[in-house]
Amino acid sequence: MRIGVFVCKCGTNIAATVDTEAVARKALEYPDVVYATDYMYSCSEPGQQEIQQAIEKYDLQGVVVAACSPRMHEVTFRRAVEKAGLNRYMFEQANIREHCSWISKDTEANTRKAMDLVRMSVEKLRFNQPLFSSQVPINKRVLVIGGGISGIQAALDCAEGGLEVVMVERESTIGGKMAKLDKTFPTIDCSSCILGPKMVDVAQNENIHLYAYSEIESVSGYMGNFKVGIRKKATYVDWDACTGCGLCTEKCPAKKSFDGFNEGLDTTTAINIPFPQAIPKKARIDPKYCWYLIKEKCKICQKICPVDAIRFDMENETVEEEVGAIIVATGFDLVDHSVYGEYGGGHYPDVITGLQFERLVSASGPYGGHILRPSDGKEPKNIVFIACVGSRDPSIGRPYCSGICCMYIAKQVILARDHIPDCNCYVFYIDIRAPGKNYEEFVRRAQEDYGVQYIRGRVGKVYPKGEHLVVQGIDTLLGIQVEVEADLVVLATGVAASAGAKELAEKLRISYDEYGFYMESHPKLRPVETNTAGVFLAGVCQGPKDIPASVAQGSAAAAKTQALFSRDTIETDPQIARVNELMCIGCGKCIDVCPFGSIQWKTLRDGSQKAEVLDTVCQGCGLCNATCPPKAIQLQHCTDDQILAEIEVLCAGERHG
Amino acid sequence: MVNSKEESTTKKDLLMVGFLCNWCSYGGADTAGVCRFNQPTDLRIIRIPCTGRMDPLFVVKALIYGADGVLVSGCHPKDCHYNKGNFYARRRLEVLKQFLPFMGIHTDRFRYTWVSSSEGQLWQQVVTEFSETIHGLGPNLGVHGESDAKAAMSFF
Repeated sequence: MRIGVFVCKCGTNIAATVDTEAVARKALEYPDVVYATDYMYSCSEPGQQEIQQAIEKYDLQGVVVAACSPRMHEVTFRRAVEKAGLNRYMFEQANIREHCSWISKDTEANTRKAMDLVRMSVEKLRFNQPLFSSQVPINKRVLVIGGGISGIQAALDCAEGGLEVVMVERESTIGGKMAKLDKTFPTIDCSSCILGPKMVDVAQNENIHLYAYSEIESVSGYMGNFKVGIRKKATYVDWDACTGCGLCTEKCPAKKSFDGFNEGLDTTTAINIPFPQAIPKKARIDPKYCWYLIKEKCKICQKICPVDAIRFDMENETVEEEVGAIIVATGFDLVDHSVYGEYGGGHYPDVITGLQFERLVSASGPYGGHILRPSDGKEPKNIVFIACVGSRDPSIGRPYCSGICCMYIAKQVILARDHIPDCNCYVFYIDIRAPGKNYEEFVRRAQEDYGVQYIRGRVGKVYPKGEHLVVQGIDTLLGIQVEVEADLVVLATGVAASAGAKELAEKLRISYDEYGFYMESHPKLRPVETNTAGVFLAGVCQGPKDIPASVAQGSAAAAKTQALFSRDTIETDPQIARVNELMCIGCGKCIDVCPFGSIQWKTLRDGSQKAEVLDTVCQGCGLCNATCPPKAIQLQHCTDDQILAEIEVLCAGERHG
Repeated sequence: MVNSKEESTTKKDLLMVGFLCNWCSYGGADTAGVCRFNQPTDLRIIRIPCTGRMDPLFVVKALIYGADGVLVSGCHPKDCHYNKGNFYARRRLEVLKQFLPFMGIHTDRFRYTWVSSSEGQLWQQVVTEFSETIHGLGPNLGVHGESDAKAAMSFF
């Protein structure tokens, strides 16, 4: 092989503490190196041209550039050598800036180190092979998991761009948490007035196929070609026939069913439509409460249904959809506030969550928009709000800030004072976090215009006293203990990962953090992508955020999908594992360890079983390579031979020779 | 022309090999460089995609060939770019560590650690500590070297 070495001075970034000329001169002694030089800025246009000219002039077959980190400019230089006719993988970069010139002022030691690094890169390059990527066609359909506001936004954006969208929602209606909210901060917009039209758009858009009351059962395949198994859970109502007239819900005798939409503040019928604006507006029977499904008598709904849509014998059904990209927008759940025994949540009926308060205030809620105590239906005159319930509390394993509670408390005190002008509102808080457009002003309004008492401190205990609840806390600004006799206590419950988030992550092969929130590919620069190509994130499933941010991320995920689909094929990365079938002993260990399910069995003509790598699924981690007993599976561009060559030339080289 | 033979006898540097995963620790070392955190110069870094790629053989080979220390660093557990590569690495490297004394190599010559790409300062600390440890142990005289063998014996 004919190798050229180019040592970059990077202005003075490298040249100040590394003798680049000496490094280049030394490189000429290494095997196969036929040309070596140093240059002021190798990444600049003339710098790249110099490399390209040298490739032609000296008939180079491989290039080593000693410069900055390959994380910085590997792509740049690969493109440069490719333009000069080399395969882009016949290039190696030695990091003599971040790992060398910048970490010490000792020129001699740095120069020695730079020489070593160049030596290692040359040696690795000698084992490089040209690699070629292949083209795989893309199935231009997208799956959106979750029908909350971010999923809706993503689906609508994709559909408007002409893409076919498959939307899967776990509940029997889309809308998510936002549908339960009364108003939104900081504009006090009616939540269902801004969400409702979007939900209708989803229902009416020809490009969106909605699977409500369905869950993801399995995911296989890879970017551009996923196969998704969707479990349609039994609703006991034929949704093709159901018109959503609601006659059945009026006559159903099982009226004590759990009302999930009203957060358990109310009861509903066993056959029900969650709320009037539900999309799809179809009835569903809750088998936990239906008299017929429990004790085989009743069937009133079946008798009354004008379109004969009731199917008591319905069972779960699994359908398969093929898509090219997946947008995950599974949202969140509230933190289980019962971990705070001292607040009495779940124990005293008048201690409620923030989301329950939304239902109390909402005109479509259990009391038609009048704020009344769940226990006795009286109007509360003293309302205490407790912030950071399940947020910023390492003692329950949730040290993070939920980000939305400060704002929704401000909104709720304003609503409370609007609904009951003579009520007193108290807010116990740790800090007020209002870092959004018009947010700080909004909190100020609650404090100043609405005369709400903000008390900086935590609550120690809530206990009943007659009809009231006594809230004992501390005011840390005054340094005194505070006791408030409250009629209603609202816990600003924080955000937790959605139930089942981890199981879904395993199916999608994406990673999640210790709280169950999905991990983005890069916290700053790739906030929508995951580490599984073709799977994007939107909304709170990635981390706590408010509605504007969820919508923005939904649109971002849609934009990413459209960018992916703007091509007809995708180029695969050839830096993946390859099996040498002659050496493979068919033990299957690589199949077990592969985190991406990218290795499968292959039967040869002689009947023997060998491992086979799916090019488009393999992410190139090399776990199989380290696991394979006979080393039959090798990670291209990072083979055992290449790494061992680097080690050998460094450790067993002339230094100790 | 720099003569490396001459150099090797006069230099104070010992030879340490670092295997860093591309996503976290290699980035962390980059960050340390960008922040101009001063570090010992005797570590030579090999970039690997994931610590899960680490074959214990790489460590053993390096030590047998005469490296004075080997440092492996990857993403924090549960932060692996490939979901679980570093868990496999942790198991393999922990076993390897137990095994080194049998080869007459001091366990302190080998260390694995987790540094994320934003933890430049931690990387500086890790390298500095590791370098100090290795300088404390002195040069690796190979598997037949007496000093390490004695130290290794004390392990049992």
